[in-house]
Amino acid sequence: MTAAAALPTWNPLSLWYSDGWTVTKRNLIKIKRSPDMLVFAVIQPIMFVLLFSQVYAGAISVQGTDYVQFLMAGIFAQTVVFGSTFSGSAMAQDLKEGIIDRFRSLPMSSSAVLIGRTNSDLVLNTISMVIMMLTGLLVGWRVNSSVSEFFAGVGLLLLFSYSFSWVMALLGMSVKTPEVINNASFLILFPLTFISNAFVPSDTLPTPLRVFAEWNPVSSLVQAARELFGNEGTAPVPDIWTMQNPILTVLIGITVMLVLFVPLCIRKFASISSR
Amino acid sequence: MNIIEAAGLTKVYRSKSGPVHALAGLDLSVPRGTVKALLGPNGAGKTTVVKMLTTLIRPDAGTAHVDGIDVVTDPKGVRRVIGVSGQYAAVDENLTGFENLEMVGRLYHLGGAESRRRAQELIDLFELTAAGNRPVKGFSGGMRRRIDLAGALVINPKVLFLDEPTTGLDPRSRIALWAVIKRLVADGTTVLLTTQYLEEADQLSDDIVVIDDGRVIAEGTSDQLKAQIGGHRLEVALVESGDGSAAREILARYGAGEPMVTSDGRGLEVAVIDGPRALQQVLAALGAADIRLHDAGMRRPTLDDVFLKLTGHKADLAADKAADAELEKAK
Repeated sequence: MTAAAALPTWNPLSLWYSDGWTVTKRNLIKIKRSPDMLVFAVIQPIMFVLLFSQVYAGAISVQGTDYVQFLMAGIFAQTVVFGSTFSGSAMAQDLKEGIIDRFRSLPMSSSAVLIGRTNSDLVLNTISMVIMMLTGLLVGWRVNSSVSEFFAGVGLLLLFSYSFSWVMALLGMSVKTPEVINNASFLILFPLTFISNAFVPSDTLPTPLRVFAEWNPVSSLVQAARELFGNEGTAPVPDIWTMQNPILTVLIGITVMLVLFVPLCIRKFASISSR
Repeated sequence: MNIIEAAGLTKVYRSKSGPVHALAGLDLSVPRGTVKALLGPNGAGKTTVVKMLTTLIRPDAGTAHVDGIDVVTDPKGVRRVIGVSGQYAAVDENLTGFENLEMVGRLYHLGGAESRRRAQELIDLFELTAAGNRPVKGFSGGMRRRIDLAGALVINPKVLFLDEPTTGLDPRSRIALWAVIKRLVADGTTVLLTTQYLEEADQLSDDIVVIDDGRVIAEGTSDQLKAQIGGHRLEVALVESGDGSAAREILARYGAGEPMVTSDGRGLEVAVIDGPRALQQVLAALGAADIRLHDAGMRRPTLDDVFLKLTGHKADLAADKAADAELEKAK
């Protein structure tokens, strides 16, 4: 049998990489084996694209383009925002089940659990994204931009989702039960994604909601995706810096989230324990 | 040489009713190659001690070393030499038994091939071969504990921490798990075990530390502790409460301490050293005095008896108080 003293010493970087990958793999196996998560990642995006494109397309008119073109960026943004909440509920669940204590008693890299969590959720969100795009193409959505702009758009959405996962992971480590995350995301993220330009042009909203929608960061993300996919139509963009420069706004947002929440998460993780 | 050495361990949780001392300056030392049991009711501070020594929480005051490594300044160093198995089996439900153990091996940095080899070895050792490739979700409570314990043994740890290893298990699984732990102990692994059951401490450990309210209240071998509270408890139930004082005198004569009388005056109980002999003598004396009985018998001492003797209060009172503290802590 292996003697404890014979444990190999690895250099910190390969240790960090290997541990992060081990946890990512564990999370992916979990996702594969829990049907509810696959439904969340696969069926829900299909449903949203079909429902919105078939139900609202006839009723909502958008200047310079048709509703399906306008809609898709909104659904992408909504899906990546909601997809990130999974990082929070999964952290809370791991904490509840005691597996976090197991991880914390092992000589692994202190950020590996968080890296593994956010990585596997990025994989899940990427799968959702691909499925949504294929469904979108089926109902008539088209990309009217260059290949590089298209990939920049996909990258921006996924990067936003990744950095928002860190925010949700911190929340997940701070609440008592996983249900809190689900309820909070319902109460906060639904208004945040619906009072935006995701599903309707924001100039159709009553004034207080319109102002909220124009300053809403989700609107910037949607606007950025629309521009990069060439789906923006000819409607005037609100004369606000964040809406005039949506890509830059989203990049700033991503940077702020990562710079702030990665260290906060690692610090929090070092002090949490289940029970 | 002591492989675990802790002094003055303190942990205070703030609560609405003021600070709660989960640990109030606890000292502990465990010699290499021995098994020590921390015995105490729910919330006495047992789990807090284990969490500190396994680097999960930091002490507010005091120092602790495991294998000479400081738990506060070098937690990763400590984690490289310990194995931990907890009260709530810390295994991943969706992973198979094998996958759980392989993952733990990789996180100890044994490498892929060695992790898989060791995982299979442990699956066989713990007689989980048939279930090893099924997700843990479908395992029984006893099987989950065995996988969890196997997880603590992926490296041959210098110190094995077992936090209430059999709490919540049925008697058969408990005895099976005891057999596994005894085998490990026979191999010379140092074990720190926490338990609520005197019998478990008795079965598995060389030395017992009784803790209550975050303090050590007694320490010694199982025999020494039992001698303190008497080997057995002898109980009689009278038909007539009027016989109470006469019966009490007889029990005092053959017992090892003051007899206790229930509030209705009919039930009497006393600690005795040689149970069967004392029972014969007491029954003979009661018969001679023409005292009629509903019931008579003897039983092994429980944790409650140890507590009553050592602290003057029942173990469950301490448990309630501590459970409240836990609740506050969670808030």
